[in-house]
Amino acid sequence: MKAWIAFWNILAKDMRSYYLKPPNISWGLIFPLAWTGMFFIRSGSGLDSIPTLLPGVMAVSVLFGTTSLLAVTVTFEKKGRSFERLLLAPIPLEILMLAKTAGAILFGVANAFVPVILAAFLVDLSGINWAILIPAVALIAVSSTFLGLFIAVSVSEVFEAQTFSNFFRFPMLFLCGLFFPLERLPLLLRPLSYVLPLTYGADILHASVNRAGRMPLALDFALLAAFCALLFAFSLRNVRRKWIL
Amino acid sequence: MTGNGKKAIEVCGLAKRFGEVQAVAGVDFGVVQGELFGFLGPNGAGKTTTINMLIGLARPDAGTIRIADIDCSKNPKAAQHLMGVVPDESNLYPELTGFDNLCFCGALYGMGRHERETKTRELLNRFGLAEAAGRKFAGYSRGMKRKLTIAAGIIHAPAILFLDEPTTGIDVASARQIRQLIADLNAGGTTVFLTTHYIEEAERLCRRIAFIVKGRIVRTDTVENLMRQTDGRHVVQFAVSGNAAGLCADIVAEFPKLQCSVVAEGSLRVESPEPVRVGPLVRFLEDRGAEVSEARKVRPSLEEVFVKVTGIEAVAMKQEREKAKAGGGA
Repeated sequence: MKAWIAFWNILAKDMRSYYLKPPNISWGLIFPLAWTGMFFIRSGSGLDSIPTLLPGVMAVSVLFGTTSLLAVTVTFEKKGRSFERLLLAPIPLEILMLAKTAGAILFGVANAFVPVILAAFLVDLSGINWAILIPAVALIAVSSTFLGLFIAVSVSEVFEAQTFSNFFRFPMLFLCGLFFPLERLPLLLRPLSYVLPLTYGADILHASVNRAGRMPLALDFALLAAFCALLFAFSLRNVRRKWIL
Repeated sequence: MTGNGKKAIEVCGLAKRFGEVQAVAGVDFGVVQGELFGFLGPNGAGKTTTINMLIGLARPDAGTIRIADIDCSKNPKAAQHLMGVVPDESNLYPELTGFDNLCFCGALYGMGRHERETKTRELLNRFGLAEAAGRKFAGYSRGMKRKLTIAAGIIHAPAILFLDEPTTGIDVASARQIRQLIADLNAGGTTVFLTTHYIEEAERLCRRIAFIVKGRIVRTDTVENLMRQTDGRHVVQFAVSGNAAGLCADIVAEFPKLQCSVVAEGSLRVESPEPVRVGPLVRFLEDRGAEVSEARKVRPSLEEVFVKVTGIEAVAMKQEREKAKAGGGA
């Protein structure tokens, strides 16, 4: 069985049906633009603040870009029963779920580079350590996508997926050190930061853009990868338990 | 058509419970390679749950499933490459065209681009959908959707085809076409497992039939053997006004050789091993103040057997059909 044919076609169909549709492309462009603009104006310190803001804006763009669409590509298809067709295909569930999430991962990575491209016109980005930034963006996209997948397979309605994902996404804006250092968080909230994957992703981005990482990079990468594995494993477990009754 | 006598599907002690409801309670049956096997029962009898366990969309609580000698009880994915599935509702992608839907389904089974495109064209022609190939699935009629869903189920030339209520909720002409397609597929060697609550459909298509009621199989036999039960029986149905149950009791008291039952409000069914004389019966009913608007001989059919075996009144089946036509289907 040529599982890669199935993998590629599931990915291509999702790209065509969902990710490359004009509303999603515009969402992918406008959303990071709006975030960049908002924080740029709020900081009031001119163009110099862009490198400081860039890691946070990139992380938010990935987080929202990936998690928003999984509610459609997974929950909606499950609701409409077309997901059953995929479950009936003779491919391992792991490959099937990777194929269903690959589009979101690519979409997230693309979203992350929208603010980078914009920033490149305004400030000098030659100081960025691309060798760290690129794998970090990829890993943040994977972890955010798998968080979205975990949410999508835990609910049965699209609106539940959207609501449930906001329950995670908005606190992450403040708790993961994207725009405010973790040290400025109330002591009681700090433990929460360390159980959220984006904390480690944001730390790597700060390290690669501003040399302002707070934790060892190897630890950040290892924990982020561990979150990816855990979220994917929990999602598969939920699919097996809840969808293959 | 049956093949070499080898089992395509073998099910033993299959059981499934959803909360308080025992959906399937110890089901056993076997389907021979190349056979067209019917699985009949009213709504809620356990047909879809059984089919879901066979195809790997539900996990049995107990029992074993062997598909082409592969044990699927523990690993439902093991035999999926041999199966084609046509669910009770058309579940293709509304945003894709008919052509793209079939190509995508072929790709899910590992078919290369050239192979799946060639097969897609062939199937679209065979199912009379070539002209609609470029149209989005969402814009198809119910009959077209059903045909495309069947085509999607067979694009990878499966050895075993599971058809769940394939003609529910579609027009007569499309249903007839689909029945012919099913017969042709079976004639070509595909084992077909058909669930339906259209008894005449099963009678026309299947070689063997299992009746399932409340999660249990109450009878499995060939259509020929089942129909023998109706040999020599004569049935006349009367449409009457008045108290049908009371009239029925009066008939039995007056004509002891006759059996009488109420099949619906205002409808009596009189059965006898000898030809039923309609005249005296009509007069008898009219003498009791009933108005007889119709008296018709009923051809012995599998439905008669179904009613006998399952104890489910024909009227209940009819209501289910109407409900399915109104709300279900493609």
